[in-house]
Amino acid sequence: MSLFTDPRWGEALAHLPDYLGNHVRVSLAALALGLILSLPLAIITRNRPAPRAILLALASIVQTVPGLALLALFYPLLLLAASLTLAWFGVSFSAFGFLPAMLALALYSMLPVLRNGITGLNGIDPALIEAAKGVGMTARQSLVMVELPLALPVMMAGIRTAAVWVIGTATLSTPIGQTSLGNYIFAGLQTQNWVFVLFGCFASALLALAVDQLLALVENGLRRRSRVRSVFGVAGILALVAATLVPTMGRSSSGYAVGAKTFAEQYVLSALLRDRLQAAGLSTTARSGLGSSVIFEALKAGDIDLYVDYSGTLWANQLHRTDIKPRAELLAELQATLAKDNITLLGELGFENAYALVMPKKRAEALGIRTIADLAAHASTLSIAGDYEFFSRPEWAALQKAYGLTFRAQRQMQPDFMYAAVASGEVDVIAGYTSDGLIAKYDLVALDDPRHAIPPYDAILLLAPKRAGDERLQAALKPLLGKIDIATMREANLRAAGNDANSSPDAVAKWLWGKVGKP
Amino acid sequence: MPSRPMIGYAQVTKSFGPTNAVDDVSLDIAEGEFVAIVGGSGSGKTTLLRLANRLIEADGGTITVEGDDVRSLDPVALRRRIGYVFQSGGLFPHLSVADNIGITPKLLGIPAADIAARVDELLELVQLDRVAHRDRLPDALSGGQRQRVGVARALAAKPRIVLMDEPFGALDPLTRDVLGDDFRELHRRLGLTTVMITHDMTEAILLADRIAVMRGGKLLAQGTPAELSRSSDAYVLELLRTPRRQVERLNALLPQSGAA
Repeated sequence: MSLFTDPRWGEALAHLPDYLGNHVRVSLAALALGLILSLPLAIITRNRPAPRAILLALASIVQTVPGLALLALFYPLLLLAASLTLAWFGVSFSAFGFLPAMLALALYSMLPVLRNGITGLNGIDPALIEAAKGVGMTARQSLVMVELPLALPVMMAGIRTAAVWVIGTATLSTPIGQTSLGNYIFAGLQTQNWVFVLFGCFASALLALAVDQLLALVENGLRRRSRVRSVFGVAGILALVAATLVPTMGRSSSGYAVGAKTFAEQYVLSALLRDRLQAAGLSTTARSGLGSSVIFEALKAGDIDLYVDYSGTLWANQLHRTDIKPRAELLAELQATLAKDNITLLGELGFENAYALVMPKKRAEALGIRTIADLAAHASTLSIAGDYEFFSRPEWAALQKAYGLTFRAQRQMQPDFMYAAVASGEVDVIAGYTSDGLIAKYDLVALDDPRHAIPPYDAILLLAPKRAGDERLQAALKPLLGKIDIATMREANLRAAGNDANSSPDAVAKWLWGKVGKP
Repeated sequence: MPSRPMIGYAQVTKSFGPTNAVDDVSLDIAEGEFVAIVGGSGSGKTTLLRLANRLIEADGGTITVEGDDVRSLDPVALRRRIGYVFQSGGLFPHLSVADNIGITPKLLGIPAADIAARVDELLELVQLDRVAHRDRLPDALSGGQRQRVGVARALAAKPRIVLMDEPFGALDPLTRDVLGDDFRELHRRLGLTTVMITHDMTEAILLADRIAVMRGGKLLAQGTPAELSRSSDAYVLELLRTPRRQVERLNALLPQSGAA
């Protein structure tokens, strides 16, 4: 199939009003807030070397924090703030999505605006400032009529840099729940949908260029004192915002928000859940690509209505338990604990997506390895790769403790690349997922865990507190419970890992329903 | 009865750190007078000028403008009623010639139409072409034209006093000569009181009614060129010697005018 006739372009285009609209709104709001904070600071500190140095140092420090980390930091920060305002004033706000993304991006935009603002204002010939005073200007008039216009080109260069940075970095706000053009990129990377990845990259690059050029027009107009140009530039930016508002206003925001974490299985299950709800006549919205810790808090706070999590993950991360219980006992205790937060554990889907140590079948046979205990004897000569969180998770500590595992080297990898890496011998063992279709595709084997160091990871359906008594919702979801076995989920995941039109989460979800939906 | 001075300095001092920039200076400038302050760099002449419109604040002594102690006046209002011509123009590079000239009237809240008319009048007064120069940016003008705009700007709000900080210093000799003469004529026609800083004694003698000589913050001597030539101060005599020598050499080197 040609790249240009690929139907996924059409699918990508269908998401554009939503993704682009949210992207534009969060970027421009962040930029506006950044300017409101930075420009006065630049003006106030222009003649005060000490505060100026401190300010620039702080802004530089913020800039050295990677964009993703800065965005991720704002989420728990706002959660804390929200719980404090709830305790003190009885009002709470959503720490999810727009607010943390906007605040983090605003902070991110400050350095270029501050630095260029200060440089521009300090670069003015002192004789001209003297002249402004001499012709009878007040300090404010001198600032507005002489200093700011003269510093304008340098200041605008800073504002344009900030705009491009913010629009680029906003693609990273997807995991904290802010829909953006990053949704294409995150979903595309996770489901090997390169059309989406390309689409997301091009769209954000084009947006950055467009905003940059509109700002250039404003600058040009201000500098040449041409009202027409400035008005056109400002009107262009306003039109951009307005255009992004129109399609979203027609859309109802009252639908059920279905969450998904950042991997293919989650995208497929989210699509499946949405299909089921829509079949029951309920409207839905997708909130995909959410960070693993963000998604549970988002459910608890009611920012999303439902999603699929895994029992072992919640056991370790939310209940902070390090002991391991048999499957049924663990589920029962989890259900009881979640109920205290009014979260409904509706039931299991039927398969487990556990961490498992995985290696090529042939290699395992050659070394005589069947279980993790066998592996321990060879570990000191082998290397292991895991996803970004695995080595800091309690399961890894438990595994190391139970089997005395010490590997020669350990590496972190994008989950989708791990399987190819272990199949090609790039690494010897990976911490894979039992439900992953690639295990079969690459002829790999998941090693047994005779000492039960890894807890059970039943896929479970969770509902937000406000949906606790929602009969209609629960009725629509009940047919899924216990229906998806591991073989079916593996095949679904393998399909989702393909790079063609049939591998989109929606298409795979339909296939999956075809398999499990029969009465 | 001696009329009160337009500008009066009485025992004025100003120091920057350990340096006495202006040291116990007393000087009265009468209405309609053209006074040149002459001195080398660091002599305190620029500081003395800027004390008058409070671009610099005095440490001690009293300065009066039209009889009022400047400390009792709002500095911004004071500057708006005193014309100031800056060294090499001091024009705002982002504003057109017309906007530069009209700046002080604009600050005073004069209606735009009146300012426009005033700008045309001033362009004519300083002999610039209304059509060709009005809307240009300062960068598109020659040095002499820029300084004419600077003079026009200083005169825009119809001040009675004009302060000039080495206004013609950076110009070529021919332009400088013409500009100096033209300004002298404006000074007479408009009945201005003018204080001009220069390091050039020849220029001071040719343009000013009275010359004040500064050195090391002190006012060494003041008076008409004729009075100064009778001074007993060695520095003053040295300053006067230069133009004399120039005249003698010019007379020797050039054929007498009309003797072609």
